[in-house]
Amino acid sequence: MSSPQAPPHVLSTKVRRTYSPVVKTSLAFVGVAAVCLFFADISITTLDPWSELGRMAQGVVTPDFSVLGGIGMIIVQTIAFALCGVALGAVGGFLLAQVFHIGPVRWTCAAVRAIHELFWALIFLQMLGLTPLTGVLAIAIPYAGICAKVYAETLEEAELPALVALPYGTGVISGFFFARLPDVWVHIKNYTSYRFECGLRSSAVLGFVGLPTLGFYLETAFGEGNYSEAAALLIIFYILIATLRFWMRPKLVGLYVLVAPFLLGGGAAIEMSNITRFLTVDIVPAPLRNGSLTTSDTWSNLADWAGMLFFDQALPGMAATFLLTQIALVATGILALALFPLISKKFFGRVPRLIGHVFLVVLRSTPEFILAYIFLQLWGPSMLPAIVALSLHNGAIIGHLVGRFSDEVRLRPDSPRGLNLYGYEILPRIYGQFLAFLFYRWEVIMRETAILGILGIATLGFFVDSALADIRLDRVMFLIAIMVIFNVAVDALSRHIRSRLRLSTRTGQA
Amino acid sequence: MNKLKILAFGAAIAFTATALPAQQVLAETFVFTAIPDENEARLRERFDKVAAYLTKTLGVETKYIPVKSYAAAVTAFRNNQVQLGWFGGLSGVRARHLVPGSEAIAQGFEDQAFETYFIAHASTGLKPSAEFPAEIEGKTFTFGSKGSTSGRLMPEYYVRQYFKSAPNSIFTKVGFSGNHSKTIALVQSGAYQVGAVNFKVWENEIKTGKIDPAKISVVWKTPPYPDYQWTIRGDVEKRWKPGFKAKVREALLNMKDPDLLASFPRKSFIPASNSDYKPILDVAKLIDLIN
Repeated sequence: MSSPQAPPHVLSTKVRRTYSPVVKTSLAFVGVAAVCLFFADISITTLDPWSELGRMAQGVVTPDFSVLGGIGMIIVQTIAFALCGVALGAVGGFLLAQVFHIGPVRWTCAAVRAIHELFWALIFLQMLGLTPLTGVLAIAIPYAGICAKVYAETLEEAELPALVALPYGTGVISGFFFARLPDVWVHIKNYTSYRFECGLRSSAVLGFVGLPTLGFYLETAFGEGNYSEAAALLIIFYILIATLRFWMRPKLVGLYVLVAPFLLGGGAAIEMSNITRFLTVDIVPAPLRNGSLTTSDTWSNLADWAGMLFFDQALPGMAATFLLTQIALVATGILALALFPLISKKFFGRVPRLIGHVFLVVLRSTPEFILAYIFLQLWGPSMLPAIVALSLHNGAIIGHLVGRFSDEVRLRPDSPRGLNLYGYEILPRIYGQFLAFLFYRWEVIMRETAILGILGIATLGFFVDSALADIRLDRVMFLIAIMVIFNVAVDALSRHIRSRLRLSTRTGQA
Repeated sequence: MNKLKILAFGAAIAFTATALPAQQVLAETFVFTAIPDENEARLRERFDKVAAYLTKTLGVETKYIPVKSYAAAVTAFRNNQVQLGWFGGLSGVRARHLVPGSEAIAQGFEDQAFETYFIAHASTGLKPSAEFPAEIEGKTFTFGSKGSTSGRLMPEYYVRQYFKSAPNSIFTKVGFSGNHSKTIALVQSGAYQVGAVNFKVWENEIKTGKIDPAKISVVWKTPPYPDYQWTIRGDVEKRWKPGFKAKVREALLNMKDPDLLASFPRKSFIPASNSDYKPILDVAKLIDLIN
């Protein structure tokens, strides 16, 4: 904006356009993704997918609820695992948040949340077997790591006037409960309830490894091409997620959490010897386990072992993971920006919004491997089905969060409508928040690349899964350690970018 | 901060209650599992019948628990959460390797000479042949589960033997469908051009009409190898009574109910021993699937 007094030559000079750091960062990410796309294999090799896809479509329009004997119990157990896991994770996270400034605590939290719930479950399966505790811990541990981080950041950003106003001599604990916590309580509550929705999805997904939740039956039905049954299970799951705010009342949470542990079902006995064996034998690298520690052969074998794992598996695995993650991240962002208006009060009336909500619930609640399988049928094996599956799933999650956020934007009475409203008003005002959500999702997308073995994409997670299939737990732990380092690095980078761009973390709950 | 207290209290209870049921050792129920190689609803139906039969014949409460992967079946056996397993060749070798004293006690009649079928989509133009189909080079290829004998171990062995090189460098894409039914579905739709499948599952799907011969056909059959077997832990003798192992073997070998046998599907069960699976162990070591 030049002042009226500005000399004419200033007005006539061509002003060099400068972009804000936010735009520059976004463009940089798009650029990286474009380069990755160049290296990624996204060829389409389809022959005749239509008979299988036709069977799926037929399943969707003829959902078969009749075969699902005891469906009530499946749902109850799915909810029970989510409740127990999230409650433990939230309480653990809340306690950890108080000591989050201590380096080792922060690092441990970053490490535990870098491991996908499914891998936690597979690790606990080795020690505890198919017991309820396996499922509960598989949710609780990574969630404690995530909650600790978000709670700590929320508490840090708490407005301090209330704290300053406290009389001199007020104890730390009183100060915490009467000044600091009340200010952020609503954020913590909102975040925890969002976490519960994630917990429900996690709980369902744990069924894939054998816990008695919805995923168990879904995987069975889907794996056998029993699409009517799979559709029925998915519809039930959609309804469960979509009606969450009606049955998950704040007043009832305590009651739910009290009852849930008794609904997890039984399991095999836990034997201490299995836990000891896992910790002291199984995860010791094979060369050390089988050789004498005093001979030099053992140590050179160990070096070979580590070198083989690193160069043959970890390194190519990291490359594939990186490619897939960066492309899927940008695709997720583009999709989220396209999808969020569907549920925003700024753009649509009640009925279209309802349809939008249903659409987003379906996208974000359909497990990625099912999406990936559908696209595998359509396009043949390549990175393309993985990219589309990951970005649809995550784009719907971020679209949902951004849509809700956009409702809070206050508009002038004479604000434009339609595309102009989107481009000139809403988008600029939600963009920072959108990026915050997206950067939070970055590491999540990276973790999710693990489960696409059906496509033959050799991500780090693919190699972990192979080592698990071979019951080579020493390799599993080695590869998981590398996965953790990789994830923590991305997390640190994401935090760095967010703080440089001053993106608020307070509502960053993706 | 009442809610917080309730939540904390609830979480504490949640923790203790989930740990508790684990303490009650399931009296002396004899538990078995099976690798999830196909249709799980069918597996459950089949093995619940087997459980009822064993309960009656052994006079010991017997239960089947379903698992989701080959590795989970082996792990449950290793952790003594099941004492008997219906394993494939490779998973059985792994299970016995991890549990010293465990023993293969019976196999299906057909399991003495099991086969893997290489199947291909019609568009590949591949024709059935008695020789290894060298033309599969450069195609996309899907195995079944990573831990499967017929869907992974044996086909990978023959691919490596012929090409002297790993599947990754022979095929343009290598996938793991998860199970035999999915392998068939993926090759039938052309998502993958070639696949390797358990011949029993193939025959079964031909019978049930899930296969369209115009789209997909068998191009090569592997030489026969030993596959599925019942494997039992050595310490069952101590836990139940001396001679228990022999009793279980006898019960399995005497399983004559045609309905029950048809559900496997096997003609009958015959004695087996650990040494029957030496070829599988050797191949597994050769392609580095076992240490």
